[in-house]
Amino acid sequence: MTALLEVEDLRVAYGKIEAVKGISFTVQQGEVVTLIGTNGAGKTTTLRTLSGLLKPLSGKITFDGKPLTGVPAHKIVAMGLAHSPEGRRIFPRLSIAENLQLGAFLRSDKAGIEKDIQRAYDLFPILGERRKQAAGTLSGGEQQMLAMGRALMSQPKLLMLDEPSMGLSPIMMQKIMATIAELKSQGTTILLVEQNAQAALSLADHGHVMEVGSVVLSGTGQDLLHDESVRKAYLGED
Amino acid sequence: MHTLPQQLANGLFLGSMYGLIAIGYTMVYGIVQLINFAHGEIFMTGGFGALTVYFYVLPDGTSMWIALPAMLIGGALVAVLIAVGAERFAYRPLRGAPRLAPLITAIGLSLALQQVVFNYFPDAKNDRTFPQLTSQTYDLGSVHVQSGQLFVIIAAPICMAALGFFVRLSRTGRAMQATAQDPDTAQLMGIDTNRIIVIAFAIGGIFAAVAAVAYGLRYGQIKYDMGFQMGLKAFTAAVLGGIGNIYGAMLGGVVLGLAETLATAYIDGIPGMQQLGGGSWAPVWAFVLLIVVLLVRPQGLLGERVADRA
Ligand SMILES: Nc1ncnc2c1ncn2[C@@H]1O[C@H](COP(=O)(O)OP(=O)(O)O)[C@@H](O)[C@H]1O
Ligand SMILES: [Mg+2]
Repeated sequence: MTALLEVEDLRVAYGKIEAVKGISFTVQQGEVVTLIGTNGAGKTTTLRTLSGLLKPLSGKITFDGKPLTGVPAHKIVAMGLAHSPEGRRIFPRLSIAENLQLGAFLRSDKAGIEKDIQRAYDLFPILGERRKQAAGTLSGGEQQMLAMGRALMSQPKLLMLDEPSMGLSPIMMQKIMATIAELKSQGTTILLVEQNAQAALSLADHGHVMEVGSVVLSGTGQDLLHDESVRKAYLGED
Repeated sequence: MHTLPQQLANGLFLGSMYGLIAIGYTMVYGIVQLINFAHGEIFMTGGFGALTVYFYVLPDGTSMWIALPAMLIGGALVAVLIAVGAERFAYRPLRGAPRLAPLITAIGLSLALQQVVFNYFPDAKNDRTFPQLTSQTYDLGSVHVQSGQLFVIIAAPICMAALGFFVRLSRTGRAMQATAQDPDTAQLMGIDTNRIIVIAFAIGGIFAAVAAVAYGLRYGQIKYDMGFQMGLKAFTAAVLGGIGNIYGAMLGGVVLGLAETLATAYIDGIPGMQQLGGGSWAPVWAFVLLIVVLLVRPQGLLGERVADRA
């Protein structure tokens, strides 16, 4: 079976500084794959390159059998790749409902969009209660829910989440992780970037550990969770 | 000496014209954080486009009910073409460059547009008479309204309302708001932000052309260098109202037009300020107002709070 997403020897630089130095990994249909690693490892750079916001120096990205390199960002969404960016990046002065509608910008099936907005409200009831409110007035956790709901509105084949638990209270973090688990059980394919390695690896089918631009370790979520060096470096054990 | 109601009316007409031009500055700034200093010249070319339609396209004696829309369309076509061309070939290649680069480009573009009109448009070295369509004036009580003023007082609210509805309710308008708030994330929604930027420039061009027709009707003549003063005033209006905010641009225009007109009319009546009367001081009052407002409210009258931008 060919992978839904295949990344081969991807290199990305900001000017002269190489932030991603030749990484390779795959995501199979229905899988949750996680990229973990400390701040500055190149995880966000990787996701932004996959969604077309950054141009790679070299390497090959194949998504759903088609090459992604050189395709502009706004066309990549149309191919079925959704990206919930680091820092949530909701549209602060638009309402919650308008943010969700923008997630479905490329769709024209009005009834289907309404149904999916309703589904987002079912998944995150607080969003439904505040649908007319400006998104900028939501708390960090609520904004994260909105960002995830918005990304789902494009009916993606692959959902990329960049640090969904960043800056959240432990309770809110649990809620977000539970939602990701629920999406997984519904069959959503997810590429999850997280600093909370424990939570991410527990959910993931496969994981890759990134350090200064390279993948230094790969394995199943369970393997990595029990790996000596991972436990030391990322799970705060010694 | 005009009466106060007449002065207020004159200020309102002048301000509406500023506001229409200011829309072009504010839309483009709101979406790409670029100040298109060539916008005054886009306004000017809109005027020459309208003039061309009247003198070189329409047959003599065309009724004003046909001539006016035809001139608006012709002027808008020229202004949009130049605005969109400037975006595509002058500004887009400089996206991501230091801010000074597009600024210098804009100044060069302004001079180039002026020189092209000056050198190649028939008899553009002198004031070109702008068709008046009607010499009638209209009386509302003690206030006399000339045809150009009547035109702008009708056109400006229509244009503003149309723009307001477009931005708030249309799919493209929603995409414009998203692009203004967060261009990268807008792309992640599937929005072609380059297209949105082109549309912002085009809307600015249309509004500038409407203002140029109003200007021609009001003053009876247009000139290759008319974009400089009007552009500067309109830019002032956009900043005054809160740059990036379309309603702010219109409000800033009206406030500026009123302030300028009233100051010109009355300030020399204040003891000790007799020397400061007359129209040549008008730009001074405009900038005094701008400085005062920016000292008190740096974001402009209706500007977004800066915290919202991040
Ligand atoms: N816009 C940028 N310009 C220059 N360097 C950047 C930029 N964004 C990230 N970097 C650098 O690239 C490297 C990888 O960053 P990033 O992908 O954000 O890492 P992570 O998401 O794993 O924390 C870091 O060294 C960071 O400083
Ligand atoms: Mg990151």
